[in-house]
Amino acid sequence: MALRVNCAARFIARWKPRIVFSQTEKLRGAPVICNTNMSSANAPKVFVSRRIPEKAKSLIASQCNAILWEKDEPPTRAEYLEKISGIDGLFCLLTDKIDAQLLDAAGPNLRVVSTMSVGYDHVDVKECARRNISVGYTPGILTKATAELTIALLLATSRRLKEGIRAVETGEWGTWKPMWLCGQGLDGATVGVVGMGRIGYTVAQCLNPFGVARFLYAGHRNADAEAELKAEFVDIDKLYSESDFVVACCALTPETAGMFNADAFRKMKKTAVFVNSSRGGVVNQEDLIAALESGEIGAAGLDVTTPEPLPTDSPLLSLKNCVVLPHIGSATHDTREAMAVLAAENLIAGLKGEKMPSKIDD
Amino acid sequence: MSLSTQLPKLFVIRPIPPTVMARLRRRCQVTVHESDQAPTRQEYLDAVRGVDAFFILPFVKVDKELLDAAGPQLKVIGTFSVGVEHIDIDLCKERGVKVANTPGVVTTATAEHAMSLILAAACRLREGIQGVNDGLWGNKWESGLWLAGAEIAGSVIGMVGLGRIGLAIAKRLAAFEVSKILYTARNPRPESADPIGAEYVTFNDLLEQSDFVVIACSANDSNKGLFNAEAFKRMKKTSILVNIARGTIVDQDALYEALKTGEIGAAGLDVTTPEPLPPSDPLLGLPNCIVTPHIASCTVTTHTAMCDLVADNIFAALEGKPLKTPLY
Repeated sequence: MALRVNCAARFIARWKPRIVFSQTEKLRGAPVICNTNMSSANAPKVFVSRRIPEKAKSLIASQCNAILWEKDEPPTRAEYLEKISGIDGLFCLLTDKIDAQLLDAAGPNLRVVSTMSVGYDHVDVKECARRNISVGYTPGILTKATAELTIALLLATSRRLKEGIRAVETGEWGTWKPMWLCGQGLDGATVGVVGMGRIGYTVAQCLNPFGVARFLYAGHRNADAEAELKAEFVDIDKLYSESDFVVACCALTPETAGMFNADAFRKMKKTAVFVNSSRGGVVNQEDLIAALESGEIGAAGLDVTTPEPLPTDSPLLSLKNCVVLPHIGSATHDTREAMAVLAAENLIAGLKGEKMPSKIDD
Repeated sequence: MSLSTQLPKLFVIRPIPPTVMARLRRRCQVTVHESDQAPTRQEYLDAVRGVDAFFILPFVKVDKELLDAAGPQLKVIGTFSVGVEHIDIDLCKERGVKVANTPGVVTTATAEHAMSLILAAACRLREGIQGVNDGLWGNKWESGLWLAGAEIAGSVIGMVGLGRIGLAIAKRLAAFEVSKILYTARNPRPESADPIGAEYVTFNDLLEQSDFVVIACSANDSNKGLFNAEAFKRMKKTSILVNIARGTIVDQDALYEALKTGEIGAAGLDVTTPEPLPPSDPLLGLPNCIVTPHIASCTVTTHTAMCDLVADNIFAALEGKPLKTPLY
């Protein structure tokens, strides 16, 4: 049972809530409802489905009747559906499936869904549009952090960092010889970017001084990338067959789902390094495992998998030539805070009927 | 008498790529230590007896004992490395033994590995990989700040040394839109620094202002233990140290303390004291320390190019021609 508390809040000119200071009580582990005043019938009711950075939390709590999920563990689906009954707005993460069932459970008052992510494959945007629900997301502000992580992952894979670290820990590091733990260099290589969007373009820009001979890309045209980096727009098969590095930076859509499959891996070079920091769903994971085991491709670096989290007994984790990270693409303090604040701003603007800073067009 | 006995004798200390071996066998009578186990000192002292040329790795100490063991006919030593602390160059010069190393060809691979360590430390990759293996991925993501790391964009870079390798690293970092590149060296290097807007500062200023400190200078007696407790105290608590130069430049005990107590944020090391680093070394128990086994030059193209360069230098010396990359 949720415990209603009164807590201090910022004075917001437009809403003019009456601010009441009183002692706060909190049942350990229970979700907390913050009211901005004693009778807050006007403040919209929102559910925030995870713990989020303080700045965003305060912003939401100052403008809304916020039901905050404060536990480390995520709510179960049943708990989630129960908590959202009658809400006006929802602040969610990419791990929450926003589908017709959830929208039904929320009820007819729900008019804004705000996701703290740039990917929105977890949101049924058509269904939201049908119900006149605005959907906000967080493009742009996570571009740099995600591009850096993508490159970190690429280099960790191509330069065999996992094997190197392991060799030190196990005492395999002896008086080495040439060709031991030799990796694939970027110098003189062809890099294929699948999806030259914000993130893909930033990745390519950062890789440029490494001596990359050629950038190929597929997806939508990017004139800036072509001008600045001489990136060549090619069909996907040419990208597969000519690239030393294949970097997936595309959104997960019905068109891209499972595109990296046995056929794709067969077309790639046997020494190819495949990097995915987009969504696990663009990869046919069984086919990838087979390709890595058989030497159809050289190595893979993944920040995203199916499912997430990846179970500890996944064959991917026992492959020497595969590096798996736990979806930390945007994990810097500044970026996560900025994402949370933007998602909060999207939520509040949408609830007020104002222009949302980043709205998904349907 | 077979033709091969007229070819100069060459001993190769470890297995090398077949293409380079083929080149060597065409012009020399080659003996090579083929075993996976490295040769002992006595084994290679015996193997070099009577050779004209010696293809070595940095674990081979070239001193009076070795030169005596080889004999006065020894004409050239080619080392598969840029660093030459293992060679008594003056003594070789005295005895007319030519010496060559492999500068230049290792630059891009080494700069790339430095970048892999900088990014691995910033993004906390060791913890990330371990977290997945240990089943920590799950609950922890949800609070939104698990494994939150550092960003290169907007940060201050401090390069210790702006030679070939240092400059190559700085150029790669610049593309990430860092806020400033500082460097320290014995003397300013405007020809390298100006094109990338790098600023010459004192060592202390570099320590105090940098978010990422990258050691890319050559090792000598004057910078032994340069990174000591005092240096770590000057560095930012969130700073990241990366060393791809030589282990001697860092006081490793002081580094351990600094990482453990949070005096600095994280470290990425490709070089240590000793090498190999024993698995029991306390540094390996720190989640914010990443150690790789001196593999900065390890790409297929670079290692092959290094071996080819050693071969080129050996051939030149044996034919009395100028060496490509002589040490004197």
